Amino acid sequence: MNNATPLLHVKNLHVRYTTDEGTVHAVNGVDLVMKKGETLGLVGETGAGKTTTALSILRLIPDPPGEITSGEILFDGHDLVPYSAMKMRKVRGNHISMIFQDPMTALNPVLTIGDQISEVIRLHDRLSRSEAYGKATRMLELVGIPADRMGEYPHQFSGGMKQRVVIAIALVCNPLLLIADEPTTALDVTIQAQVLELMQNLRTELGTSMMLITHDLGVVAKICDTVAIMYAGEIVEYGTLQEVYNNTRHPYTKGLFGSIPKIDVRERRLKPIPGLMPDPTHLPQGCSFHPRCPFCTDQCRHKKPENVLLYGDHFAKCYYAEDGLQ
Amino acid sequence: MKELVTVKYLKKYFSTPKGMLHAVDDVSFGIERGKTLGVVGESGCGKSTLGRVLLNLLEPTSGEVWFEGENVAAAKGKRLWELHQDMQMIFQDPYSSLNPRMSISETIAEPLQIYSVYESVRELDERVDELMDIVGLARRLYNVYPHELDGGRRQRVGIARALALNPKFIVCDEPVSALDVSIQAQIINLMQDLQEQNHLTYLFITHDLSVVRHIADDVLVMYLGQIVEQCAVEDLFLNQYHPYTKALLSAIALPRVGEQKKRIALKGEIASPINPAPGCRFAPRCMYSVEQCTVKQPQLREVAPGHFVACDFAEEIS
Amino acid sequence: MNELRAHEALPESDRMVRRKKSQLRETWRRMLKNKASLVGLTIIVLFAFMAIFADHIAPYHYDEQKLEDAFLKPSRDHWLGTDNFGRDILSRIIYGARISLQIGLISVGIGVAVGGSLGAFAAYYGGYTDNAIMRFIDVLLAIPNIVLAISISAALGPGLVNAMIAVGIGTVPIYARVVRASVMTVKEQEFVEAARCIGAKTPRILLRHILPNAMAPIIVQATLGVATAILAAAGLSFIGLGIQPPTPEWGAMLSAGRQYIRDHWHIVTFPGLAIMLTIFALNLLGDGLRDALDPRLKR
Repeated sequence: MNNATPLLHVKNLHVRYTTDEGTVHAVNGVDLVMKKGETLGLVGETGAGKTTTALSILRLIPDPPGEITSGEILFDGHDLVPYSAMKMRKVRGNHISMIFQDPMTALNPVLTIGDQISEVIRLHDRLSRSEAYGKATRMLELVGIPADRMGEYPHQFSGGMKQRVVIAIALVCNPLLLIADEPTTALDVTIQAQVLELMQNLRTELGTSMMLITHDLGVVAKICDTVAIMYAGEIVEYGTLQEVYNNTRHPYTKGLFGSIPKIDVRERRLKPIPGLMPDPTHLPQGCSFHPRCPFCTDQCRHKKPENVLLYGDHFAKCYYAEDGLQ
Repeated sequence: MKELVTVKYLKKYFSTPKGMLHAVDDVSFGIERGKTLGVVGESGCGKSTLGRVLLNLLEPTSGEVWFEGENVAAAKGKRLWELHQDMQMIFQDPYSSLNPRMSISETIAEPLQIYSVYESVRELDERVDELMDIVGLARRLYNVYPHELDGGRRQRVGIARALALNPKFIVCDEPVSALDVSIQAQIINLMQDLQEQNHLTYLFITHDLSVVRHIADDVLVMYLGQIVEQCAVEDLFLNQYHPYTKALLSAIALPRVGEQKKRIALKGEIASPINPAPGCRFAPRCMYSVEQCTVKQPQLREVAPGHFVACDFAEEIS
Repeated sequence: MNELRAHEALPESDRMVRRKKSQLRETWRRMLKNKASLVGLTIIVLFAFMAIFADHIAPYHYDEQKLEDAFLKPSRDHWLGTDNFGRDILSRIIYGARISLQIGLISVGIGVAVGGSLGAFAAYYGGYTDNAIMRFIDVLLAIPNIVLAISISAALGPGLVNAMIAVGIGTVPIYARVVRASVMTVKEQEFVEAARCIGAKTPRILLRHILPNAMAPIIVQATLGVATAILAAAGLSFIGLGIQPPTPEWGAMLSAGRQYIRDHWHIVTFPGLAIMLTIFALNLLGDGLRDALDPRLKR
């Protein structure tokens, strides 16, 4: 596809959880390529397998009950799947960071913000206490918090500010890849806009690649270069922001766009996707979207569609992707 | 004006160790029968408290809530209990708003049992079935417990419970914000259908402006317990007068490529509603604020027909 | 899922009635599925059986003294040996089950009922009520459990019933605090507000919405509490305030046998084992009951 080694190349990843109620097929053959410096939006609804995909890249799947059953995760050309716990810890500290949805629980309430950031620095770099503190201060200013708040405790910060601190901690060791799991979902709109802007600026400044996990197509449009739409543990559509948004080919992606109330026109009725997410212990045969798909045919019911290459890097997992479903 | 609900000078203060928390501060408005009033604002603006005070689930500090010629805010005991037959609520969190130890049918039947609507078990059963049909819950879910359902279906149970007593007015506290987009659309459609069929009046609380645009007829924008802008929903999207409303609209991330609005930057974050300073509450974050704003509290005034704004410089800014 | 289909087939009219029964059956079914709790239930039933039919089962009368047979090791005649008065330990344990189980269960019952309602009211009403009740509980808590029991028992006089009351009251603070903490978290949930909104009044909210969801820690605490209660009652008998000798009671047997532990291990070991076994069984049963009552743990 491209001559340089991609930063992250996930090949045919399968993850399942074994529970009393059956085997949950959380991720079923995910293929994903991220170039250096790129921001990828991983979009899907609850239970689509977004977070599981991200956790498997970090090898943080709780095992048991979870298990990566097959696939490769090539990070900078090296497969992470066979890595030992020790080696993986190094990767997590130095090369890949993750931030979570809820900034309230991510910070230790009894340590000052300054101590928490410099502790992370000292865990990774051989710096003296004061050097680390200095670096932490610069990091805090970078995320837009004045240095004189270094000595304050998390409860003195508002939600948006805490998320900034979490971002600072995640970026302080210059990771190559930042995975952000719904980083703005818990925040108010005006604060969300501020944080998104911050993340965008930091990306250009530090050159970090970012994987943004979200259910919000608006957030993706704001800061992502490429988009992967997930449904029932598979990536059903993948491509550049332009392609996926303006030349939507998968019926699920279309359904998602149709479900969002428009801000500039008032429609009489919304057009929701009928039905519910399939039960991940009993995925339907054939295309996993077929029970909810308005274009479903016999073929869809029996055989899983393969990726169809459209324009450039734009893929869709649908038999009728090329015809541009009408 | 055929208003079903009329709110006058409503206040709700909470006393906290740090001082008085002004959750709802001198709010007046009306909702016409069969219409939907959207209440928009960010967390901590008092919109959820407003909904609870309207139903007298929280006792107001002062003010009146008129519902069909009766002041709900002054109603007590038995009378309030009777009034709740006509005024119901749909809650935000479909996970915590259902008792995990009660089955779906028990949950839906409970209001009917409390108000002894039916004498025979048979009638009660029939009504529960009917309600389940209305909100689109399959009958096989009759004995299922909430934890076995997904968020969308749970929210349908919450809606069925609110509808059981045939209320006239329903406060909807962020009923769709915890749901996935495709499910969210199903629930919004359901709520609109129910409104049409049963001639319901809604107070629809949300932080999502696109949802308000879709479902509401009129809209209130709240900031720190006060109304900053009030108008018909179409007017709000055509022309915003208050700087906060402008900022709120510009902050929405549109799901489209290359069409992002120029964001109006807001300084800082929402201030604390405890012992608010005099003057306009939005002044510390407002890019247009002048000295007058920090001294004198702007009153809600009509800047265009039916369009009320609490900003002394509304015309100039607009 | 099979249950669901079965209900669909029921005639429409009496589903509500049948459902109540089916819920009980459902709980029972879940309980039976849990092997550990079945073991617990079996042991408790055996002990109860033993207590009821003591007259027929016990090889000797509990007060049959044969001083020449004192301190006998376990043998064919005396399966668990004899004590310092030459009384058969097995028979005393069998008769003792009557008293000990009663003391354990009833005094815990008193503690849970009184402490539980105090805690629930304190948490539910909050503010002034909460403060008043909890300060009273703090005062009770400041007095050591056994001292409290001794003073109550001393005031009421010796005897089985009074001992149970004394021990029960002594544990009130524990249950009050557990229930209060548990109710506090549950009452903040939206379904409690929803219940108020659909017109439910305080008793209904407390009994139907809050308490069922606050049960888990109480059940665990109560099953553990039975052991403490048996031992506390033994303490009372030891200083002459509880059960009066020669009535056999496990705790009292334990404390009376203490002085012979060096040379005659069996005198303390068997009553101790009986207490341990009861607590073990109650714990298994309690855990199973807690899970069986929670529909979230279905299947």
